[in-house]
Amino acid sequence: MDAMLAKAIVMAGSAVGAGLAMIAGIGPGIGQGFAAGKAAEAVGRQPEAKSDVTSTMLFGDAVAESTGIYGLVIALLLLYANPFVSQL
Amino acid sequence: MSVTGPSILFTIPILGGIDITETILNGWLVVLIVLALSLFLTHNLKTKNPSKRQLVAEKIYSMLCNMVRGNMGERYVSFTPYIGALFGYSIFGSLLGLVGLRAVTADMSTTVGMALVTFFMIEINNIYHNGVGGWIKSFTEPVAIITPINIISEVANVISMSFRHFGNIVAGVIISDMVYWALANFSSFVLGWIPSTAIASIPIFQIGIPAVLSIYFDLFSSFLQAYIISMLTMVNVSRVTEA
Repeated sequence: MDAMLAKAIVMAGSAVGAGLAMIAGIGPGIGQGFAAGKAAEAVGRQPEAKSDVTSTMLFGDAVAESTGIYGLVIALLLLYANPFVSQL
Repeated sequence: MSVTGPSILFTIPILGGIDITETILNGWLVVLIVLALSLFLTHNLKTKNPSKRQLVAEKIYSMLCNMVRGNMGERYVSFTPYIGALFGYSIFGSLLGLVGLRAVTADMSTTVGMALVTFFMIEINNIYHNGVGGWIKSFTEPVAIITPINIISEVANVISMSFRHFGNIVAGVIISDMVYWALANFSSFVLGWIPSTAIASIPIFQIGIPAVLSIYFDLFSSFLQAYIISMLTMVNVSRVTEA
């Protein structure tokens, strides 16, 4: 019974942790929205530089996204490759 | 619904058993695809009256060359084949998801491998240009006390490059799986009133709707991640000589 209870606690904690890890998605959301807004402004001011602005924005977005991706990887580890359950 | 890693197809019984996974098999498939495409595009080249095939090959090569020249400078043009190979492997590895195979880049091993090659390229290029003394000295810039942080940031580069590519592709795989599962449940809920189970079990909502997601996750994401990983490689390799 104790082992089952311990496993239940670990799994519940992992599920909550996975949810908390995805809070990391807020930051890239704000940052990418900001970058996209600035890019739209830049295209409005200089429509002829549209392709340069777009590729720069996509590159910056993809780099800014990495913190969110770290959160996602941690959440995936907790959900599908949980290191704590195997230690019980 | 279940999300799993790449399945192990068979095990070679030497050195304690080497597992051959889907990733390894699909990785060789990608190598064959890229090789076949290159051979098809470049055989029988002519200087006069070039064929359409040759024009496509020339367009791809000049785009790559301009990208390398624009981001790394004139003296790094010799890096073009490596950047092209990285781009090709990454993009065809991700696009395998379109034909129902498991994407090669949805496995950490692949992306860590690509990031490690880039890491060694950065360090070897740094040693080649600045010498071993200059390479060690570059870690103590701007002040000596910051050395541990510089070493951590070099290693973190590998982690960030591999996690970014892996995370983007695997997020697409998992979200597509979830949408298929949800649409199957939704169709059986809507068609549940039909007495014939054969008709009611047809997942009618799975037709068409996932294709919209696939455009973003498979096509756009694959192109973007291949572009990002080759761009970061170019920027990081050429950074050392500017400093």
